[in-house]
Amino acid sequence: MTLFELFSVPFMQRALIAAFLVGIAAPAVGTYIVQRRLALMGDGIGHVAVTGVAIGLWTQTSPTWTAVIVAIAGAVVIEIVRERGHAEGDVALAMLFYGGLAGGVFVTGLAGTGASRLQEFLFGSILTISVNDLLVTMALSVVLIVICVGLSPQLFAVSQDPDYAKVAGLPVRFYSILVAVLAALSVVIAMRTVGLLLVSALMVVPVAIVQQLTRSFRMTLLGAMGAGLAASVGGLVLAAALSRTGANVQPGPSIVLVALAGFFLVWPIGAWLRRRRALVAPFPETSPEEKPVDEAHPHHHGEKCGHVAVEHGDHVDYIHDGHRHAAHVGAEGEHYDEH
Amino acid sequence: MSKPRSTVPADVPVQLLHGDVALSGRPVLREVDLTVNRGEFVALMGANGSGKSTLVRTLVGLNPLSTGRLELFGRSLSGFHDWSRIGYVPQRSTATGGVPASVWEVVASGRLTHRKLLRPLRSADRAAIRAALDVVGMGAYAHRGVAQLSGGQHQRVLIARALAGRPELLLLDEPTAGVDLPNQQALAGALRRLKDDGATIVLVAHELGPLAPLVDRAVVMRDGRKAYDGPPLTDADVHAQGFDAGHVHCDTGLGTAGSTSAASAAVPTPLKEL
Repeated sequence: MTLFELFSVPFMQRALIAAFLVGIAAPAVGTYIVQRRLALMGDGIGHVAVTGVAIGLWTQTSPTWTAVIVAIAGAVVIEIVRERGHAEGDVALAMLFYGGLAGGVFVTGLAGTGASRLQEFLFGSILTISVNDLLVTMALSVVLIVICVGLSPQLFAVSQDPDYAKVAGLPVRFYSILVAVLAALSVVIAMRTVGLLLVSALMVVPVAIVQQLTRSFRMTLLGAMGAGLAASVGGLVLAAALSRTGANVQPGPSIVLVALAGFFLVWPIGAWLRRRRALVAPFPETSPEEKPVDEAHPHHHGEKCGHVAVEHGDHVDYIHDGHRHAAHVGAEGEHYDEH
Repeated sequence: MSKPRSTVPADVPVQLLHGDVALSGRPVLREVDLTVNRGEFVALMGANGSGKSTLVRTLVGLNPLSTGRLELFGRSLSGFHDWSRIGYVPQRSTATGGVPASVWEVVASGRLTHRKLLRPLRSADRAAIRAALDVVGMGAYAHRGVAQLSGGQHQRVLIARALAGRPELLLLDEPTAGVDLPNQQALAGALRRLKDDGATIVLVAHELGPLAPLVDRAVVMRDGRKAYDGPPLTDADVHAQGFDAGHVHCDTGLGTAGSTSAASAAVPTPLKEL
């Protein structure tokens, strides 16, 4: 069976659609999570959602919907603990995470379902996704994408500067809880794709990739959605291709590894860009004293010396061995101050 | 003195009566009365810890009053929803979001008080954003990332964000802290244009510097109480009268004016840069 034939099989097509939508929706929510410096929040919600899945298995109802309810409850609790800003907050959150994971495994035991059924949710089982699951995934993904893009001015302002947003009359608390609920929903739709234990990676890594290159929030949001889409579909294709060689690679881990590989590919470009920007960045307000260089300078900086020229206030500096030279005419002739 | 509550005219931007504020149980402001009239430029001054920043945060509703009454434009705070009339410039924090943001985007959030949900920026919004950036002299930086700016430039961006909403009342919390002299002068120029346009301005400052000529009225805070309210003081006056005297307990009788020149010398204008 060729790769092309493989993608004509219905379960593979369902997997592709799910990977496509989840790959866009999860990083869209993830951008706000990273902006609020809550990169690990997705992990926490993922752990709590394990209990929700287990309750669904135990009560023989849909694990998706019980996971939605428990994940939203967990996310709201996390947001409230964060908002209070207690010193013991992180310990409280850690206990919530442990409780969620342990409770999930425990309840699964009570249900008598084997660990393999739970494992589908822990590490993803995109290839066993049913038509019903797919419809839920599609609907929730579209809702997430519309909210994340449509409300981006409000959500951006609330996450960037909550005090200012409050004085601008925005319902800061409502939007903060909305972000938590969106995170919970994206955890649930991504659990069939990458699994609850890896779900946070699909929310966070695409953002980490594109913010190496971007300067604006909007580009970061849209770029992360693109990077997530590429990683999600790419990882699925990679897993499918490898499975033809007889290996048994799950799509979840391969999606996450493709995303991480993307990060390490982009990182050197980001490092180079940051270096370039640092050279033209303004000086700190309390600039250190300028040190005159005593040694004779081998040439005069000018248009043709080959050193990068940077405007600095009323004069031009030349970048020389990683620092700036400013021409300075003193009693003893022209020399260069180092900045 | 303070007018009866029922007759506060709607054009008095700020009226605070007997305001007490406690932060995590600790009283920070005590019985503060403050009325700011339309078109006034009021400087809130005082030492670090005197309560001046708490006061300005209280005036915009970020700190709840434990007792007292606050009215903005003649409406009590709970009934006030006209936030587009107010512009707030918070103390510059070095903590920005975890994701890049451009100068334009930060200033654009100042238009949120005028925008409806799920609508893109209209041309009026864009014009207001551009005008606000030009007032603070940051027009050329619109597409830079805020993380690349110097402290003074960042401060000007936060001011532009408040100006983009075209407020009638502007409250600024230490806009000159950690800002070098050229940037302070740029800031003073921007505030002068606003003042000439009739805006009411309340500004928290440790030292006025180039802003001094703009000030109509000075309010000096000490230990959470209003210690002075009247014609502008020079920075030297604030020091000399002992208003700037670090932490002095009023009830010990030692905090009287004149006894603190050594204490004020020992307080080296620590700019809140951290």
